[in-house]
Amino acid sequence: MPVSTSNDDPDRARRFRDAALPHLDEAYTLARYLLRDATDAEDAVQECYLRAFKHFDGYRGPAMKPWLFAILRNVCRAEFARRASSPTGTIEDAPDDAGQAPLWHEAQETPETQLLRRWDADTIRRLVAALAEPFRETFVLREINNLSYREIADVVEAPVGTVMSRLARARAMLRTAWLAEEEQPK
Amino acid sequence: MTCDEAEILLHALIDGELDAGHAREVEDHIAGCPGCAAQLAAYRTMSAAVAGADMRYAAPPALRRRIEAALPRAPAPNRRAVLRGFAMGSAASAIAATGLVAIVLRSDETQRIETEIVSAHLRSLQAGHLTDVISTDQHTVKPWFNGKLDVAPPVVDLTAQGFTLIGGRLDYVDTRPIGAIVYRRRSHVINLFVAQTASTERRPAGIETIQGFNIRRWSERGLNYWAVSDLAKDELADFGEKFETAMKTGTAG
Repeated sequence: MPVSTSNDDPDRARRFRDAALPHLDEAYTLARYLLRDATDAEDAVQECYLRAFKHFDGYRGPAMKPWLFAILRNVCRAEFARRASSPTGTIEDAPDDAGQAPLWHEAQETPETQLLRRWDADTIRRLVAALAEPFRETFVLREINNLSYREIADVVEAPVGTVMSRLARARAMLRTAWLAEEEQPK
Repeated sequence: MTCDEAEILLHALIDGELDAGHAREVEDHIAGCPGCAAQLAAYRTMSAAVAGADMRYAAPPALRRRIEAALPRAPAPNRRAVLRGFAMGSAASAIAATGLVAIVLRSDETQRIETEIVSAHLRSLQAGHLTDVISTDQHTVKPWFNGKLDVAPPVVDLTAQGFTLIGGRLDYVDTRPIGAIVYRRRSHVINLFVAQTASTERRPAGIETIQGFNIRRWSERGLNYWAVSDLAKDELADFGEKFETAMKTGTAG
């Protein structure tokens, strides 16, 4: 199959559209959680798609979604660097002991498991958005974008073991925040 | 296994990322440890709550338009490409007619068909196109194909192996009707395309990547199979192996 290197080749653009545009909602979702800002997320996704199109000829896999996400993540990190000069008051890492979930000795159907069922998407989004960066990223890639551990490892350029420990930590932090939320008067 | 190890590994258990041996080890530990058992229950509930609430965002239409506008304009039908297609087609049939060098022919022909397979997979992902018959029961999906195709595609239930049968569909590849059996793993769709072939030789599986989709292709008993998905290669290979094993042990519907 002849490979054109021209960015103006309509056939190449069509192949790129077919392969990449079905993932637009997912890419936008990831950008929203990474950047926590709707406008920045739009800009990042647009930049991601333009970069991806530019490098589409060299693309031979892995699957399209993780490939796009890896590009998107780089775009978002550039945005973090830009923001770093102007602190935004984000919630950074939780105190060290926050990752240690308490031991539970009750039977499996605890009040906790009943309570966890009740939260709506907006509440969960807010709690996820409050997680510190590497944990939020891993959590979103797994729970919302549905990537496998191996794919997450490729996107975040870390070993699978690191992905596993970040995910465990992220879930522990989310659970702690979730329980704390329940105790607050509304 | 210690509680510290189990605390990490129970997440991999929830996510279906452990092989059978390790899953057993974690389950054994949890069976004897009320603390870890409670953790597992709580995290399962939390994951289910997160999966149940729709946490995704839809891309704004304006963003889609901006990206579309930045890409080169799509084809006013390209006459030269059409002509080139014809020329290649007749050259291909001429070589096929002489019965020569199927191997040389294969690379082009295989790639063209695989590109069509990927296009069919992409079409299927658009809303409402995935399945013509929706059923997790192989005995419903298989008869549905009767009378629609020259060949009855085998339908295998792989739910126990982690691949959920969700239905079947009639598709068109290489201008011929073709059966597609649809499976799901987590949120990934697998289309398994099945077509008759003149050759009855068994051809071992090969995996290729086209436009970011992995395709596992194999031939068995006069049928060509293409499994296509955005699943990672190892998982798609796993799917193909489980399908082939199930066919050998005769559990096809």
